[in-house]
Amino acid sequence: MDERDLRRLIGRVKNGSLSRRGFVQRMIAVGLTAPMATQLLAHSGVAMAQSAPTYKPTKRGGGGLLKVLWWQGPTLLNPHFAVGTKDQDGSRLFYEPLAGWDPHGNLRPILAAAIPGREDGTLAADGKSVTWKLKKGVTWHDGKPFTADDVVFNWQYSKDPATAAVTVANYKDILVEKVDDYTITIKFDKPTPFWANAFVGPQGMIIPKHLYADYVGAKSRDAPTNLKPVGTGPYKFKEFRPGDIVSGEINTNYHMDNKPYFDAIEMKGGGDAVSAARAVLQTGEFDFAWNMQVEDEILLRLEKGGKGHVVISDGGNIEHIQLNQTDPWTEVDGERSSLKTKHPTLSDPAVKQALSMLVDKQSVQKYIYGRTGVATANFVNNPEKFRSKDTKYEFNVEKATEILEKAGWKKGDDGIRAKDGKKLKFVYQTSINQPRQKTQAIVKQACQKAGIDIEVKAVTASVFFSSDVANPDTYTHFYCDLQMYTTTMTQPDPELFMNQFCSWEVATKENKWQGRNITRWRSQEYDDNYKAAQVEIDPVKRAAMFIKANDLVINNYVVIPVVARPGVVAMNAKLSAQISGWDNNTWAIQDWYKET
Amino acid sequence: MSRQYLIRRLLIAIPSLLGISIVLFTVLALAPGDPFGELASNPAIPPEVAASLRAKFGLDDPVWIRYMHWLVAMVHGDWGFSFASRINVDTLILQRLPTTLIVIGAAQILAIIVALPVGVLAGTRPYSIFDQVANTLAFIGFSLPTFFTGLLLILIFSVRLDWLPMVYRADLGSTGWTWFVAEIKQSIMPVAVLGLFQGASLVRYVRSAVLDVVRLDYVTTARSKGIGERKVITRHVVRTALIPVVTLVALQMPVVFGGAIVTEQIFRVPGIGSLLISAMLSNDTPVVMAVTFVFACLVVLFNLIADILYGWLDPRIAYR
Repeated sequence: MDERDLRRLIGRVKNGSLSRRGFVQRMIAVGLTAPMATQLLAHSGVAMAQSAPTYKPTKRGGGGLLKVLWWQGPTLLNPHFAVGTKDQDGSRLFYEPLAGWDPHGNLRPILAAAIPGREDGTLAADGKSVTWKLKKGVTWHDGKPFTADDVVFNWQYSKDPATAAVTVANYKDILVEKVDDYTITIKFDKPTPFWANAFVGPQGMIIPKHLYADYVGAKSRDAPTNLKPVGTGPYKFKEFRPGDIVSGEINTNYHMDNKPYFDAIEMKGGGDAVSAARAVLQTGEFDFAWNMQVEDEILLRLEKGGKGHVVISDGGNIEHIQLNQTDPWTEVDGERSSLKTKHPTLSDPAVKQALSMLVDKQSVQKYIYGRTGVATANFVNNPEKFRSKDTKYEFNVEKATEILEKAGWKKGDDGIRAKDGKKLKFVYQTSINQPRQKTQAIVKQACQKAGIDIEVKAVTASVFFSSDVANPDTYTHFYCDLQMYTTTMTQPDPELFMNQFCSWEVATKENKWQGRNITRWRSQEYDDNYKAAQVEIDPVKRAAMFIKANDLVINNYVVIPVVARPGVVAMNAKLSAQISGWDNNTWAIQDWYKET
Repeated sequence: MSRQYLIRRLLIAIPSLLGISIVLFTVLALAPGDPFGELASNPAIPPEVAASLRAKFGLDDPVWIRYMHWLVAMVHGDWGFSFASRINVDTLILQRLPTTLIVIGAAQILAIIVALPVGVLAGTRPYSIFDQVANTLAFIGFSLPTFFTGLLLILIFSVRLDWLPMVYRADLGSTGWTWFVAEIKQSIMPVAVLGLFQGASLVRYVRSAVLDVVRLDYVTTARSKGIGERKVITRHVVRTALIPVVTLVALQMPVVFGGAIVTEQIFRVPGIGSLLISAMLSNDTPVVMAVTFVFACLVVLFNLIADILYGWLDPRIAYR
């Protein structure tokens, strides 16, 4: 799919022969996110779909206590310090952004009066500014009005490096101006096709100026409000014990009519995922549980009682196998997998192609992950409808054997293929995690049949995912031939996500293995394409470039995608809660209600 | 026992606590993992943020400098600052300590209430059927780890029978009688798991202590004086037999705290044990350091208490 195809598709959406939904699904199929797809449409003059929740209760309150279980509880409640989703989810009970991302990638206004668009001129044609109109009549929990000053303050607060806010990337390169009390303008120094990072979604929650004004910069950690949030959200803060409990009570002045439904909320932390699933699906003690990292087989069994069900939401996480482009077994200047080396056998495209055919994704999905892992050929999640058409993947031991034979890899006496004295023996590592070990076994078995010897290795997760410079077993060192883990797409825009294949991002001893390019793949074509995408004004051209980037990675067998890992939550059968893969679990907490 | 002895023991405790803290600190510093690892692997967060946080919390200094900082702060009563929660560690611990103490205290009381009568009865009637049954149960009790019995109880009482809640909530939201009932209901399982595990080994100690005493001459003398069997047991046998048991209870307190870590995790009891586990998972070293240090202090303290109690109960053992 190139720029022309994209324009044709957008044209079809404009004249009505292709639905917005259909367009978004096609974009996802080629490796773009739903939010990015809808932004493309917005730029081309197709208004974003009105995103509205279904909400039945006709009065505020009366729903009693809502009990939710986060098996790793929030440890802090300042959204600008919230590193993990657990902290963002907890903060979202009290704080709100201007808008959130719905499951289809549309923006839904929360503290904004409307979503900026080209039609009313709030979205500049040159992509260098965007104007947000704020909702009037919103008050903070302590009764003070919410105004443009608060929004501008959040930008000043976050962009100050001394504050050490984790949201800083969203705010440091922009300029935010107050137009009037209920209007702000964000100015970008270069055309920014993806304009909805600041003040939007998980990292866009807004904190009150009047309580934080004295705590900007180095004093940020002393702010008393860090532990006692005062926000605009549907629930008022009641109690917080890090890692254990976050509780809130109904905000009777909430700015949305008839919301929220529940009189109080309690977010309990601790324990493990399986027992959390039990507490919701089997005993019904809790109404909702987050991040069900549980084998689907167990979930299915627990669901049988009928007390609750599992909800799957598409997102950008993918379990994939990385192929080392460098030689992990030769040490050069004190580091293995050095850029000065080349992998002795994995550098042969035939070997890589054969390997990709030896990963039985269907079996991995069917026997290991079930609904919680969908076999995919792409680096980004992929709806069933479009899977086979766009990208091909197959599991075929015979064909893999044939490819290896043709390339001159002959079986030796020990049954292992070799060429020029180099044997096809690989060490394949991952973190200790039962589904991963089962996946390793499936791959190993198929490879054995084709004459490739795989030695599996499993490293404790806390070591594997650490950034410990001295430990050779971390995933960034990549001191082996193959490795597997899930990479997460934390932002709807793929620019940051796709920099993990840029040559300047390579993880080396020099940068203490902090680089994001773990496979150490370097391609002039990819780099040029990426750099062009970074400065591309035309969003359609830019999108086409990211599609190309995805194709380059897949077609060069830099990685072998295994399964897309959607978000999995468990909820009570009566609870109605909309979950979005592009925003926090609690992004629509104000709309949650129970059928009576 | 003299006051001098007490002072000397307290002074000896200081170097041992110092030694413990050095070992803990070094082990934690050498352990893999980075509190800001999650920041480093997130592309949306520039590396400068992690770098400035590291500098702010002094993580780039050499280990011994960091240890000295920690020690000086500790002497001044500053327990450190949690990386994950960005609040003071002592606040975190104080929030959770009461729950742990209540659960452990209740478990210990349960253990004593069960172990004392059973142990005495078994000791006075050795090799009777009651003794055999009590012995077998005690063996089973302390052979089964708490994580197993905990899950078993959850499966039976929460999942199958639906009698008791499987999640412990520190904040029940109700008051008065309903609060009390709910509190009892949610405490039954964690307390039973911990208490029975503890009680099982205690039964064995009580039994052997009673067995030792019951054969002594003074017991025979008491019996020959015509004192009723009941009185002989309670006044003469148990009193003497309890001397080693009391010290054992004190000495075993650290073990109870250890068992509580697992139990707290299973039942989601928000005590310092579960705080320790979540802090370890997020590489929040100041919290791990503080909690393990609290445990170390408890071990030293209870050892001291055991020694003092022993001397007080059995004046034959003189401490100087």
